[in-house]
Amino acid sequence: MTVTGAQSLIKSLEHAGVEVVFGIPGGTILPAYDPLLESSVRHILMRHEQGAGHAAEGYAVVTGKAGVCWATSGPGATNLVTPLADAFMDSVPLVAITGQVPRAVIGNDAFQEADITGITMPCTKHSFKVMDPEEIPQVIAEAFHIATTGRPGPVLVDIPKDVLTSQTSFAWPETLDLPGYRPTTMPNRKQIREAVELIERAERPVLYVGGGVLKARASAELVELAELLQVPVVTTLMARGAIPDSHPLCLGMPGMHGTYAAVTAMQRSDLLVNLGARFDDRVTGNLSSFAPDAKIIHADIDPAEIGKNRVVDVPIVGDAKPVIVELAVALKERFAGSRPDRSAWLQTVSAWSKKYPLLYDQPEDGAIKPQFVVDRFADKAEDDTVCVTGVGQHQMWASQFFTRNEPYSFVTSGGLGTMGFGVPAAFGAKVGRPDARVVCIDGDGCFQMTAQELATAAIEKVPFIVAILNNSYLGMVRQWQELFYDERYSQVHLPQEFPDYVKLAEAYGCVGLRATTPDEVDNVIDKAMGVDDRPVVIDFRTDEGEMCFPMVPAGASNDDIMLDPRVDWEGRS
Amino acid sequence: MTTTTHTLSVLVENKPGVLARISGLFARRGFNIDSLAVGETHDPKVSRMTIVVSVDSKPLEQVTKQLHKLINILRITELPPEASVERELALIKVAVDAGRRAEVLEIVEIFRAKVIDVDREALIVEAAGTSDKISALEELLEPYGIIELARTGRIALGRGASGMKAPKVRPVPVVDHLSAVS
Repeated sequence: MTVTGAQSLIKSLEHAGVEVVFGIPGGTILPAYDPLLESSVRHILMRHEQGAGHAAEGYAVVTGKAGVCWATSGPGATNLVTPLADAFMDSVPLVAITGQVPRAVIGNDAFQEADITGITMPCTKHSFKVMDPEEIPQVIAEAFHIATTGRPGPVLVDIPKDVLTSQTSFAWPETLDLPGYRPTTMPNRKQIREAVELIERAERPVLYVGGGVLKARASAELVELAELLQVPVVTTLMARGAIPDSHPLCLGMPGMHGTYAAVTAMQRSDLLVNLGARFDDRVTGNLSSFAPDAKIIHADIDPAEIGKNRVVDVPIVGDAKPVIVELAVALKERFAGSRPDRSAWLQTVSAWSKKYPLLYDQPEDGAIKPQFVVDRFADKAEDDTVCVTGVGQHQMWASQFFTRNEPYSFVTSGGLGTMGFGVPAAFGAKVGRPDARVVCIDGDGCFQMTAQELATAAIEKVPFIVAILNNSYLGMVRQWQELFYDERYSQVHLPQEFPDYVKLAEAYGCVGLRATTPDEVDNVIDKAMGVDDRPVVIDFRTDEGEMCFPMVPAGASNDDIMLDPRVDWEGRS
Repeated sequence: MTTTTHTLSVLVENKPGVLARISGLFARRGFNIDSLAVGETHDPKVSRMTIVVSVDSKPLEQVTKQLHKLINILRITELPPEASVERELALIKVAVDAGRRAEVLEIVEIFRAKVIDVDREALIVEAAGTSDKISALEELLEPYGIIELARTGRIALGRGASGMKAPKVRPVPVVDHLSAVS
């Protein structure tokens, strides 16, 4: 069948099962927009390419499918760099398609030319530059395969304009030609046996669960393993919801702003069973004093993660799902009715949870505490509500107080820490899961970095709630200046009434609401939850000086975890 | 920490951009490449890169694992010096007039090198051998005045009858709903 390169591209996306593309047209991608008019692929016209990329990420996290975004060459393509880097750090399956200047002028500094494959080489799992229209179906099939298998990640496909306009033939490939790509998914039996040995002998084991478990869709298997072992579980920022927060074995999030119980259980542990996490510095604190007595079992689909930060006793390369299943099978066999008794350890850990819970104090007549807002949302939201965040204090409060009892319901920028992730990712999440409520807990600093996508959402009639915890500061930076720079505040103040978020929301065709006192909080949340045809932005005027605790200062040992100094921890009953 | 020289032999798909991916990866992980030589193998779809790096064995393991993640890389082997042969080719242009030419030719003879171009005031020496040998020759020719010098970088192969091959892989069928994470 003779088609244009552009038709071949759209047909390829249809064959790949793509439902939606987030994009913005421009000179070099223009040919692809014509066959799109007859296609089953839905295109959503974004307001900024960064928004397109983060929307595709939000869509990918909640659906488990690759998100697709596209842009024109030059500035369109470079605007995708942040989402690509974000997806690379958080292993989000993403396929980004960029137009490129015609083949004949590549390298000539043509109008809107940027070497996007070169620019994105360090932040993509792989990239393709399609120089022959015949290659389009093969490249698209391979791009989706690479993005979604092994350790998922972003793949860029750069296509010169004249490749899109040339005549070519279309045939969806039967096989992939990727001789150098062979991810190991099934764990080695011997390693599983060795892991079982360590688990059996351990007295204070902890399951250290990372985003890999969610990527593997192994949430149910994880809960089964935890219950079989009766050991405490910590879920990293990328793994929130992998085991319900309400589960008695779940200690919540470890790390810099993790719970005391999660941080301390890891510190005192004699065996960490790392499933799809990566000993990130935000979890380990000072690496040399992290979990000093713990032996390490590290299971990861990416062999390069194993031994990268922490020496490992038993490495297991494999997909988290078969790893967890094989471990459970082998452990069941080994225990055969008599499980090692960990009740003393569980008691110790749960005593920490009871003694040092996540706390905040909301005075009736004081300023709104940001934690109170999140808490009220968590209380009112259905279990399958998707929580999306930006980056900063509000993100940590969202992780701490927006209780997660379902997997794939927490969408955040973890590794890269991209401020501005929230609004477009919430939009993408709602497009992917139209049946679920989506709440974006955002900061006033983050919100304005990508707020223009509210226009997209209003026009597309995609409803979600953006709760701005407006403390009139770049709060996390302010917190660091308060604690580590002698309260010398420098360039962190964002006056609370600029802009007027209610008017701004209305200008974008959304509903704008505001709460300035604690007693208004429930009311605006209820109102917002009643809107189902467009986004709602709520300006919560929150306490300017509130700090996020517990905290392990950057580079400090997890043993030096700081609890909220305003609480009388010993006197609490 | 002591660093040692490691020779990596890397089979890659013979495609545009592969060299940039590999050299970029070394640079951003903080490794200096001592030398890198690349050329097609007897299979035109496969190229061999011989990369020499001076690092600890521990960070080398990390960079090797990162290299493995590049989609176009087919196989990586570290060639231990005792079980491999290595060669490098150098072209050395030496400033030498008729008066001292005999001395230079004597050195060239001892190193089993060849003179491949002669001029009234200079000659070009072609030398092949281990990197150490090339460096020794360079040192001896230095006093005469080296006008310019080009080295290919090390190439190497493991000794014996066995050879490093690109892995045979079964073609992966294209599945429906390719875009779903599997």
